[in-house]
Amino acid sequence: MPLLDVRDLKTHFRTDDGVVRAVDGVSFSVEKGKTLAIVGESGCGKSVTCMSVMGLNPRQNTQTTGEALFNGRDLLRLPPDELRKVRGNEISMIFQDPMTSLNPVQTIGAQLREAVMLHGDASKKQAHSRAVEMLKAVGIPRAETRVDDYPHQFSGGMRQRVMIAMALINNPDLLIADEPTTALDVTTQAQILKLMNELQRDFGSAIILVTHDLGVVAETADEVLVMYAGRAAERGGYADIFYRPEHPYTWGLLGSLPRLAQQGGDLKPIPGSPPSLLRPPSGCRFRLRCPYAMAICEAEQPPLAPVADGSAHLTACHLEPEQRRAESERLVGAMMAEAR
Amino acid sequence: MIRYVIRRLLWACVLFLAVTVITFLIFFAVPVNPAALVAGKGASPTEVKHVAHLLYLDRPLYMQYLHFLDQLVLHHNLGFSFGNRQSVNTIVLGAAPVTASLVIGGAILWMAVAIPVGIYSALHPRSKGDRVAMVGVLTGISAHPVWVGLMLSYVVGYLLGWLPIQGYANLSASPWPWIEHMILPWITFAYLYSAYYVRMIRSTVMETLNEDYVRTARAKGAPERVVMSRHVLRNAMLPVVTMLGMDIAVALGGAVFVETVFGLPGLGWYAIQSVDNFDLPTIIGVVVFASLAVIVLNLIVDLLYAWIDPRIRLT
Repeated sequence: MPLLDVRDLKTHFRTDDGVVRAVDGVSFSVEKGKTLAIVGESGCGKSVTCMSVMGLNPRQNTQTTGEALFNGRDLLRLPPDELRKVRGNEISMIFQDPMTSLNPVQTIGAQLREAVMLHGDASKKQAHSRAVEMLKAVGIPRAETRVDDYPHQFSGGMRQRVMIAMALINNPDLLIADEPTTALDVTTQAQILKLMNELQRDFGSAIILVTHDLGVVAETADEVLVMYAGRAAERGGYADIFYRPEHPYTWGLLGSLPRLAQQGGDLKPIPGSPPSLLRPPSGCRFRLRCPYAMAICEAEQPPLAPVADGSAHLTACHLEPEQRRAESERLVGAMMAEAR
Repeated sequence: MIRYVIRRLLWACVLFLAVTVITFLIFFAVPVNPAALVAGKGASPTEVKHVAHLLYLDRPLYMQYLHFLDQLVLHHNLGFSFGNRQSVNTIVLGAAPVTASLVIGGAILWMAVAIPVGIYSALHPRSKGDRVAMVGVLTGISAHPVWVGLMLSYVVGYLLGWLPIQGYANLSASPWPWIEHMILPWITFAYLYSAYYVRMIRSTVMETLNEDYVRTARAKGAPERVVMSRHVLRNAMLPVVTMLGMDIAVALGGAVFVETVFGLPGLGWYAIQSVDNFDLPTIIGVVVFASLAVIVLNLIVDLLYAWIDPRIRLT
C-alpha cells in the first residue's frame, strides 16, 4: 500500500479572466522511504499539486477535486483541524526560497521549537534540545549557540538547512520539497541534496521532490512524474524515464540538456512555449509543440496508460507503442553517442 | 548601544539649539514693538523704553539670545510672559498635561479602532465591511478636524446636551469631569489619525499575509490564530510602531485645531494665543517644550524599534 496515493487531482482557480486549470487530472503515488520527483517547466502545476495535497492553497476561489489518500485518509476531505495536525507532523513541506521562508523577527530556535510544540506535548526544554539536535543533524556548526540567532544571520544554504531541520523535526513520513535548491548556487545545491539523501536514509521518510532540473532528478529520484500543462505526461521509475523515455515532451526535455562536451552548435530547446491554463488546447496539451502530432491528438486527450502490459511505466501519448519505442531507442542512442 | 545613545543625545542638543535660534530669529524679523504691548496702551514713550530695558529688548539680538540660553540652561527659567507676567514655566507645565491627555487618550482610541478594522479589512479585501471601512477612511482623511470638532460640539454638546462643549477639567478631584470634557476632543482628534492608520495597517497586513514565512508557518500546522499573532502581526506592526511614535511626538507639540475648537488650554492653544499677542517668551517656551518632546520621543522610538526588530543594528 503506497504511503500517499493521489488520484485524479484537479485544482482550478477562479480568476477575473476565467478558470485557471492549474492541475487537471494528475495521479501518482509515493512509497514509504522512496523519492518521487515531479519534473516539469515553470507553470506546469507541480507546485500547485503539492500545495493541494497539503491544503495550502488559498481557500477563496479555489476548487480542488480528486483524492489524496495518506495512510488511508483522504487529505482533501479532512476537516481543517485534522489537516492541521497532519501538516508539519506526518507530512512536512519545504519551499523554494530559503531567504524569505523564515520569520525575520524570531530566532530560529523559537521557530524550531514552535514546530515541535505545535504537535504533541513536549515541554519548552524538550523542544529546545530537539531543535539543537536537528540543527546538528543538518550540519549547522556550533548549533548550541546558533540556535538563538536570527534568520538574517545565516546564509541561504544554511537557512535551507534550517528549513529542512524544521521539516524533519517531527519525523514526518513524507517530506514534500518544492524546488528546494533552485535558489541556491550549484555547490550548495549538491550539499543540500546529499543532506536530504542522508536524512532520508536515517529517518526513513519518503520524499516528493519538485524540480525543473533533470540533474537533480538524476541524483535523487526513485520514481519520476513528468508534468506538462497541469497534466501528467509520463510516469515511471528513474531508469524508465532516463533510459527508455516514451513521451515526446520527455524526449524534448532530455534533448535540450546542454552537453558538457558540446563544442559550439546550438542548444536544442523545445520550440514554442507552454499553453495558457485558462484556455488550454483541446486533446493533448503538448500537441502544438509536438513534432509527432496527429489528428487524433487534437480530438482526444491521450490517457495515461502503461507502455506495455502490466508495466509500471505510464505515458500519455497517442503514438503507436512500437513506433514510440523505436523512436525512443533512436533518440536515446543519439544522445548517448553525442555524450561520448 | 551606549555610544549610540550618547551620540544621539549630543545631536539632540545641537538640534535643540538650532530650533531655538530659528524661533528667535523669526520673531525678530517681524517689526513689532512688544514693549509697547506690555507697557499698555496708555504708556508714555519713556515708560515703553523702561519696559523695553527691563525685558532686555533694547540689547543687541545675540545678547538677548545668550541671556535667554543662560536663563534656560542654567536657571531652568523660561522667562515671564510679556502678556500677563506669568512665569512661562508655569504656563508650559500647566499646558503640557492637557495636550498629553488629549494626544495619549486620542492615540489609544485611534489604535483601538484602527487595529481591528485594519486587520479585518486586510483579511476580507473587497468585502462589504472592507468597502465601508474604506469610505470611513476617505471621510476621515478629508474631513477637517475643526469641522468634525464643531459638528460634534454642536450635535452632541449643544443639541443633545450630553457632553460639555468647551473647557478642560483637571484629573485631580475625580476622573469623571475630565473624561466628560475629553470625549469629544478625543473622538475628533482620533478620527483623522485612525483613518490613516486603518489604511496603513490594512496594507501592511495584506503584504505580510503574502510573505513566504507565513506560508511556512501554515505548513508547520500552526492554527490561523497563531499564524496571525506570532507571524503576521508581529511583522506587520513594525512600520506602524515607528509611525505611531512619530505621530505622537509631533502631536504633543500641540494639537492646535482640536485644542482651539474645544478650548482646551494645551500647548497648541497657548502657541496660538502667544503668537497673536506677540508674547515672545511664551512662544519660545512652547517651542522649546515641544521640540524637546519631539527629540526625546524620536530617540525613544529609534531605540524601541531597534529592540523589537532584530535586523536593525544601531550604528
